[in-house]
Amino acid sequence: MVSPKKVGNQTIVFENGPFIISGHTIAGPMEGQGPLAASFDTILKDTYDGEMSWEKTESKMLENAMREVVKKADILLDSVDYILAGDLLNQIISSNFAARQIGVPFIGLYGACSSMALSMAVGSMLIDGGFGSKVICSASSHHETAERQYRLPTEQGNQRAMYAQWTVTGAGSVLLSDSGTGPRVTTATIGRVIDYGETDVNNMGAAMAPAIADTIINHLNDLKRQPDYYDLIVTGDLGSVGLQLLVKLLVKNNVKVADNFNDCGVMIYNTEQDTHAGGSGCGCSALVMAGHILKEIYQGKFKKVLFIGSGSLHSPTSSLQGETIPAIGHAVSIEV
Amino acid sequence: MVNKNLRPPTLNVTPEEYKKMTAQISPRPTLIKNVVLAFLIGGLICSIGQIFINFYIIYGGLPKLAASTAGTATLIVIGATLTGIGIYDDIVKVGGAGAIIPVTGFANSMVSPALEYKKEGYVFGIGAKLFSIAGPVLVYGISSSIFVGLIYYLLDLLR
Repeated sequence: MVSPKKVGNQTIVFENGPFIISGHTIAGPMEGQGPLAASFDTILKDTYDGEMSWEKTESKMLENAMREVVKKADILLDSVDYILAGDLLNQIISSNFAARQIGVPFIGLYGACSSMALSMAVGSMLIDGGFGSKVICSASSHHETAERQYRLPTEQGNQRAMYAQWTVTGAGSVLLSDSGTGPRVTTATIGRVIDYGETDVNNMGAAMAPAIADTIINHLNDLKRQPDYYDLIVTGDLGSVGLQLLVKLLVKNNVKVADNFNDCGVMIYNTEQDTHAGGSGCGCSALVMAGHILKEIYQGKFKKVLFIGSGSLHSPTSSLQGETIPAIGHAVSIEV
Repeated sequence: MVNKNLRPPTLNVTPEEYKKMTAQISPRPTLIKNVVLAFLIGGLICSIGQIFINFYIIYGGLPKLAASTAGTATLIVIGATLTGIGIYDDIVKVGGAGAIIPVTGFANSMVSPALEYKKEGYVFGIGAKLFSIAGPVLVYGISSSIFVGLIYYLLDLLR
């Protein structure tokens, strides 16, 4: 059977791409001191925000981001067909627990830090396929919950590598709708798992760059486009090291890289904040996409944006057993 | 394990070439700065320890060995307190190994899991995870001291 909406290797061209009718972001205190602070709807005063555990805080942030994005669009929660969400914690508890409070049909996704792009890609498929008319797409991460799960106790002293990234505290949501005005998700390129043999869990930018390059090359190839088709090509959380490697890889593969490339992990912090290679985590691209970039699109600054979420698909167990780090990149194009 | 047989188009870079690119681009640790700071902070912590030991000898009237034990205990209390109020990890960020190797660093590695995993309960939280960082240090520290002691004992027999 022919798939009328699939083009080339791995790209989907939506027939009736959904409208992104609203976005909502909740950022942690450190992100609130960064250069994108003005684009966040809420900035937490401390990392607990009145909860007894950081896990509870993360889940609450995500729940609020889901509720507020619906309120902003001025529709009722009952008219939402699905919530698609993902996070970094074991068994994606932040998303599960947030969806428990909301009571809308829920599909939990795990794409590691690519979860925001993945949720937008799958959400667009649901709407374009006629399976629903309103979908909430969300993702979250919390610096402290990620640290205690992936690395060390938060008060344990250590010196981080210069190429290490800082997990973002934040949650972001966008609401996709089959009707409305404004920007639409027009295409999606689902990534494949790429592994170039990186084993250093502190160098996630290096682990993820080949997967992102692979997705970008296939996206451009499937659609017969050049990078200058887009006003902005923004990756999820490659950080400064990963972004440089991505550009090198693309240049080697004869992709014409212009200055329209950027990375959410590079954008979210100031260099004075001393995060080393920039931000990471599901919340990184969720905050920058649903906050800063969406606002710029609404204001007409960007008309065509390619957003590629980058996910590093290892676990603490796999790294201890010496496995290399597989990674994935999911792309969605947003056009006005 | 790296990918094999991907459908084209694929990246025209081999994993070996990519490894070289990564090594080129990834910033290296600021080695000289780290070594100097580790020396200064480590030296400072040990000097403070020495001040306590001298204090216990001169004003506490303790014999030298007991004073040194009391000085170590004092440093442990200080390290644990600084961890509890959230300062010790900032000292390590600057001092590196200079702040990890002294006994204050050991206190930090005991107190930080205790703080961290309290939320998972006293048995499977604190109880199970208290030694998650210090455990390896104890296992290999004690093992190697037994090993060295054994060699010392055997050499002593030969004399």
